Amino acid sequence: MQNDNLVEIEDVAFGYGDRLVLKGINLTAKRGQVIAIMGSSGCGKTTLLRLIGGQIKPGQGEVRVAGESLSQLNQRSLYRLRRKMGMLFQFGALFTDMSVFDNVAFQLREHTDLPEDAIRDLVLMKLHAVGLRGAAQMMPSELSGGMARRVALARAIALEPALVMFDEPFAGLDPISLGVTGNLIRRLTDTLGLTSLVVTHDVQESLKIVDYVYFVSEGVIVAEGTADDILASDLPYVHQFVHGEADGPVPFHYPAPPYADDLGLGRLRA
Amino acid sequence: MPMILDWGACVLRQAIENLGNRTLEGVWRIGYATRFFLAILLHSGTAFRRFGLTIREMYFSGVLSLIIILVSGLFVGMVLGLQGYETLQTYGSEEALGILVALSLVRELGPVVAALLFASRAGSAITAEIGLMKATEQLSAMEMMAVDPIARVVAPRFWAGVISMPLLAALFSATGIFGGYLVGVQLIGVDEGSFWSQMRSAVDFEQDILNGVIKSVVFGVAITAIALYEGYDAPPTAEGVSGATTRTVVASSLAVLALDFVLTAFMFRGLN
Repeated sequence: MQNDNLVEIEDVAFGYGDRLVLKGINLTAKRGQVIAIMGSSGCGKTTLLRLIGGQIKPGQGEVRVAGESLSQLNQRSLYRLRRKMGMLFQFGALFTDMSVFDNVAFQLREHTDLPEDAIRDLVLMKLHAVGLRGAAQMMPSELSGGMARRVALARAIALEPALVMFDEPFAGLDPISLGVTGNLIRRLTDTLGLTSLVVTHDVQESLKIVDYVYFVSEGVIVAEGTADDILASDLPYVHQFVHGEADGPVPFHYPAPPYADDLGLGRLRA
Repeated sequence: MPMILDWGACVLRQAIENLGNRTLEGVWRIGYATRFFLAILLHSGTAFRRFGLTIREMYFSGVLSLIIILVSGLFVGMVLGLQGYETLQTYGSEEALGILVALSLVRELGPVVAALLFASRAGSAITAEIGLMKATEQLSAMEMMAVDPIARVVAPRFWAGVISMPLLAALFSATGIFGGYLVGVQLIGVDEGSFWSQMRSAVDFEQDILNGVIKSVVFGVAITAIALYEGYDAPPTAEGVSGATTRTVVASSLAVLALDFVLTAFMFRGLN
């Protein structure tokens, strides 16, 4: 029987040098769902995606994708598994020396023996799905940020992966591109039967499209649930985050010595 | 008194720790660079199986370096013609100008100057390109698409550099000899027949030309390996990439000059 969960993360910890970024994360992504991982900048969300992609190995715990434990795979098996994954990087990470068409065709040319006219059809279909068939011959430098993101999405789904990971897909987009990108993620997930993992801090846009949300703070999951659960949550951190309050469990001020001391007022008073 | 002793011990410990850290870091970097170089060799299959990738890089590092190589070669040859004539004239042996120009170029100046120009023109470009590909996550994206960047991006550039370098050095020497001919024969009026015939009789294919080619292949390996390593290892920031580009030019120029000394010592020892 096929496992219902495509991604399973069990008690994963990871640190860069001495700084522990993730401290025991548990997370599952069911097939066919859009899962959001939310949290403030620098809380380790992107690190989590890199762990799932097998680009880094956890210091503790286990990451399983499609039932395979990533830390036990050699490079060949890892690369085989990665063909089932697509990843959308924060700024697209398009190959700047190739046209939009060649970017989307890249994996098809690298991993399949398809004839060029079949590749052409497939690429145009993917580009059509993201609304950019007309931009096939443009170079990445000619695209706007939103268009680059969409081309990267077409490239990520070129081999029809089972899992697509989105690293901050909404960052720096205008309201129209924001809506377009959100809808695309939902629509492609449903029509292609993907599982989507969206790392984001854009609450309003992502809550419209996701099935389940994980909140990460200080290296652990502090809350999880459906979009409605999150909106209704009275956990202080989630409330501050969802409503964009300046002060709360996440303080406005970076830790510092007392203000009066810094200004020398303490000494004067003494 | 004990406080001073404590302080002294602390400074000493710090110094020893620093020394140890630097040594460890140095050894670690050498190990990393060696592994990187071995990985390039290991993944070179792609560079030859899909030779189109290598040809494309040969265009960027080789063909686009042609202008600077040819123009520099011409001027270096012309200067050699002028200077050589001045010196040889003192001994009444102007006809040997052809030998002087040709031997200087094919043995030394061709490989070395072409390599220095290649390092600053193509080496820096390779480092900046790879560094920026890393900074903009293109290499990560490639890895996530199950394509090894060492095989797809690095190895073709390496072999393109190694193949281009001797060709560029040969072209440098050829235009240099032509420059020497222009100045020596056409401008100053050295006898054309003796210019060419003395050159042909004095330049030995194996001793001079082949050794020059070997030199330039070695320089090609050194420059492209340094350029690729610096790019691949560059911190993914603007300063990181600019620093790496500078290091490529400095390190590969020094490597070329040092290697040239070592190779010359082995190749031309005992030659008359």
